Amino acid sequence: MENENIIIIDQLSFSYQREEEEKKKKAVDQVSLTFRKGSFTAILGKNGSGKSTLAKQLNGLLLPTEGVVYVGGFDTREEEHVWDVRQTAGMVFQNPDNQLVSAIVEDDVAFGPENLGIDPEEIRRRVDKSLEAVNMGKFRKKPPHLLSGGQKQRIAIAGVVAMKPQCIIFDEPTAMLDPKGRQEIMSIIRELHEEGITVILITHFMEEAAEAERVIVMNEGRVLLDGSPAQVFSQRQLLQSVNLDIPLAVELAGKLREKGIPVPENIISTEEMVEYLCQYE
Amino acid sequence: MSIRVKNLTHIYEPGLPTESVALEDVSFEIEDGELVGIIGHTGSGKSTLLQHLNGLLKPTSGQIIVGDTDITARGVSMVEIRKRVGLVFQYPEYQLFEETVAQDVAFGPKNLGLTREEIDERVREALELVGLPYEEVAERSPFELSGGQKRRVAIAGVIAMHPEVLILDEPTAGLDPKAHKDVLKMIEEVHRRTGNITILVSHNMADIARLSDKVIVIDSGRLVTVGTPYEVFSQHEKLEGVGLALPPVTQFTETLRSRGMDLSDTILSVDQAAEEIYRALTSKGKVRI
Repeated sequence: MENENIIIIDQLSFSYQREEEEKKKKAVDQVSLTFRKGSFTAILGKNGSGKSTLAKQLNGLLLPTEGVVYVGGFDTREEEHVWDVRQTAGMVFQNPDNQLVSAIVEDDVAFGPENLGIDPEEIRRRVDKSLEAVNMGKFRKKPPHLLSGGQKQRIAIAGVVAMKPQCIIFDEPTAMLDPKGRQEIMSIIRELHEEGITVILITHFMEEAAEAERVIVMNEGRVLLDGSPAQVFSQRQLLQSVNLDIPLAVELAGKLREKGIPVPENIISTEEMVEYLCQYE
Repeated sequence: MSIRVKNLTHIYEPGLPTESVALEDVSFEIEDGELVGIIGHTGSGKSTLLQHLNGLLKPTSGQIIVGDTDITARGVSMVEIRKRVGLVFQYPEYQLFEETVAQDVAFGPKNLGLTREEIDERVREALELVGLPYEEVAERSPFELSGGQKRRVAIAGVIAMHPEVLILDEPTAGLDPKAHKDVLKMIEEVHRRTGNITILVSHNMADIARLSDKVIVIDSGRLVTVGTPYEVFSQHEKLEGVGLALPPVTQFTETLRSRGMDLSDTILSVDQAAEEIYRALTSKGKVRI
């Protein structure tokens, strides 16, 4: 059970159709990946690296040009399973304002389950539970436009949680938020993962990616790196060559090594760095 | 050119039950040519302050004197203020609307009653300043550019007004790491070449610490502190009290100091941190190299 793959991507390629352009550029180029049930994966990459395109393949918003994507065992190309796919893998986007549809918070959260034809009492239970899960229970009667960016994003997440997906894909959910809003969203994501939901987090922020169990770096439509945060973040030069930031501890470790201090390669967090340096005190 | 903000207070909806004090008795001065960072939480009053600096809001009481003009006085024309103070909003690319990049940048200057040649000259100069080659982008639609490029076009539109003060409200929000670095580099370059006062609002403490000559901290509509990055970021408790973090590298070196490592206080760059840690480790022969 614990080794069951919830998402299987097999030789996926995808090109956006552009009328004027003769040669079609592949946004995703022959990518094969699997995601285990209950895992927490972060996907990094600069704009245009293919990471958002990949994310949209995971709940059938985009369909493969070549290759296959299986979500919860369903082939995303099969039209009759589109709702099975979307119910298995929910998606949260960057801009909360683009995801909220109702004038009252709890209506917004109920919107997804209502479309599934679920019994009203069950909807009521799901809405209450989802709002509690994102700590927004006391805002359930408020209009969303009066909430902060972080609060709106939590409502958007509650709307997805109410669908009871096994997997949630977050596409840069904190990019438009201030530091406080960013922390709120990251702690919700951690909790959802602890409850057993498979999390795929697309982000630009290294400190967010460092919280995942697995980090995938995309570049020019392909998988450049795939491993534990320690394995990926220790590739300092490679990350910088594709214009990604590196965590503070990794940057500092590099500079100290240049000066001759033998900082081990597996140090990627500031906490580990503090412990390493303080052993000399 | 300098800016003097004196006892600035702004009350939204005074007298109504919904009355709220957005700014209260805020005073500070900005000297000619300074790059100033403003930090504070969402809702701290930062945006209200910016909107006063370019005349979008009038204060309930207090004054803002830009150069020798009191821009809060009655009868000051908005055009006069806009010529002096240019404000780049958050996500300014959402405000692009013209068919070509050149037309979009020309929109502001056109309203200044300049000749066609003068307008064209300003468009070329502004695009060049923000690092976009005129010949390549001028006739393209702004909507087919990348996110970082769109933002540059929007900033060029404000620069083309030749403001004496340039204000940027979170100019790197939502950009990827490369575009983030590029836009900051561009802002530094524009500041260096024009020598004008530049005011930068950001949540990124590392950027603020690195770029600013002066840092202004706002919380709940009040001025918390103002000073050099060192002066401001050495007030750990005060910043913590208003929920603001230190730059990550400062946080890190302060943790080392609390664990007994002999480093100077309030280190603001990774290079300086590496130097100091190296010195601390080698000076007493703790690490042999």
